[in-house]
Amino acid sequence: MEIRKINDYTWEIPKQGEMKVSTIIYISESLLESVKRDQTLRQARNVACLRGIQKNAYVMPDAHQGYGFPIGGVAAFDMEDGIISPGGVGYDINCGVRLLRTDYFEKDIHQRRQQLLAEIFKEVPAGVGKGGRTHLTRKILEDVCLRGAEWAVANGYGRQEDLLRTEENGKMEGADPSLLSRRAIERGIPQLGTLGAGNHFLEIQKVSEIFDEEIAEVFGIHFKGQILVMIHCGSRGLGHQVASDYIRLMENKFGTRDLPDRELINAPIRSELGQEYYKSMSAAVNFAFANRQMIAHWVRNVFARVMGSSEGMDQIYDVCHNVAKFEKHIIDGQTKKVCVHRKGATRSFGPGREEIPEVYRAVGQPVLIPGSMGTASYILVGTSEAEKISFGSTAHGAGRVMSRHEALRRFRGEKIKQEMESKGIELKSTSWKGVAEEASQAYKDVDEVVRVSHKVGIGKLVARVVPVAVMKG
Amino acid sequence: MRRYQFLRHTADAKFRAFGSSLEEAFANAALATASLMWDCQKIKERVEYKVTVEGRDLKQMLVNFLEEILYLFESKRFLLAVVDKINIKREKNKFKLKAVFKGDKYKDIYIIHGDVKAITYNEMKILNNDHFTLQVVVDI
Repeated sequence: MEIRKINDYTWEIPKQGEMKVSTIIYISESLLESVKRDQTLRQARNVACLRGIQKNAYVMPDAHQGYGFPIGGVAAFDMEDGIISPGGVGYDINCGVRLLRTDYFEKDIHQRRQQLLAEIFKEVPAGVGKGGRTHLTRKILEDVCLRGAEWAVANGYGRQEDLLRTEENGKMEGADPSLLSRRAIERGIPQLGTLGAGNHFLEIQKVSEIFDEEIAEVFGIHFKGQILVMIHCGSRGLGHQVASDYIRLMENKFGTRDLPDRELINAPIRSELGQEYYKSMSAAVNFAFANRQMIAHWVRNVFARVMGSSEGMDQIYDVCHNVAKFEKHIIDGQTKKVCVHRKGATRSFGPGREEIPEVYRAVGQPVLIPGSMGTASYILVGTSEAEKISFGSTAHGAGRVMSRHEALRRFRGEKIKQEMESKGIELKSTSWKGVAEEASQAYKDVDEVVRVSHKVGIGKLVARVVPVAVMKG
Repeated sequence: MRRYQFLRHTADAKFRAFGSSLEEAFANAALATASLMWDCQKIKERVEYKVTVEGRDLKQMLVNFLEEILYLFESKRFLLAVVDKINIKREKNKFKLKAVFKGDKYKDIYIIHGDVKAITYNEMKILNNDHFTLQVVVDI
């Protein structure tokens, strides 16, 4: 496959054959090497062949092979003759990140960090198949999926102002939970308010570096050593079931013959099935917003109990990493509503966009990029440049480079915990195996990922944070 | 003959399941999937679920069949130990599979060591030489 270098951080798969547009890859030479080893580029080229795709298919610096679309893939489709695809969103619908600030410093919590972690571990259910603390009926769960984080706040989880600092205000308006299958509901009921497993985590972090003091100030980040809390999880089995349900329904309706890859199955946005997927996906997005809202509430409770207060623990932001949304973008000089798919990518809107909270509208939205376990995470700011060249999107994390199997062969969970402790990082997990699988060596270098984002201008560096205590599902 | 074998995959888990019949290969694919979450040999056979799935083709039926394991685990806390009485039929324009899942409800004595989010079509292959081979990538 022909890959043309445009500049040090931009590469192109020129439009050819079935491609309706070109594919643009924002990546550095070193990251490109690992991307070339799997199916990422082939998958990104397939995306460029889909009906109604606008401008270009885009690939973010942390990309790796996914299903249908690559992880780290961004594509926008025409609202009239374009498509919507479950594979363009992924199985973990609204897998995302929420970040809370605190008024505490590292020295304030140092003596009590083990206690904080132990209490959070007790408070927040985590691990495979671990049930939640709630007992829900189908009717309540439908309400959760209709109202998202707003449901959680109305039921005593967290603060009204959290909603203003959540993408979509914590609630996708188009959600229709009555479309969810019985199975999606049954998988969702025991899992609301749970962290899950795999790459999902909850971290107490400290600010290690501030790159842009003015913008950091707007985000509520004032000093090095300031303590933050990051929550990374998604819509759990409910979202997985929605993805599987609609892949099946779309296959049965439209067949699979013309697809280069079965997971590129899609439906016209205007079709009934396309609309139903959007409304069901939105319901799953809301489930995930409510999920993170509840977890944030429990974390605040623990800080209140252990530290004496949770007063300064305002939410900085909550972002989706796997979602499809209807957004306005400028295409050929005209403002046009399109269906933007972000799969393993973060929205990165710059100053002035009406979708972002008023408090951030002068500077751009916070972009939250978690690193791998035990490594740095980053807070970036969205840019107008991103709106011009990536449909307002940037990277979402580190991206795997080593299989879990290989990680298990090479690393021991107990040893990783020791190594992290020697660096002053506490770790608590439901599974040693899970710890080994998530070893930071199994991931791309997140520092390099955000450097590319900054250089390209699709998300600018604001602050770097490092973990103090890690809870892994 | 080996029941199944795991292959290298960057982000997820890829396996091949084998069988002298299509039924046996499907049953072994179920055990491979379950093995990513628990040790099937350690699960007692105390509870049974009758499973019926269909597919517009064999690949879709395989996805639907393996998803039963995830659904029963997450909604009923059921851990699969054995696939019994498996039968695959071809009807007019679809395939139909019936089987009995034997296993137990989750208890503290059992260890859950991994998560499977979804069954995918990625790199899926169904081969029939002198025996059947099913290749599956699951999202973990």
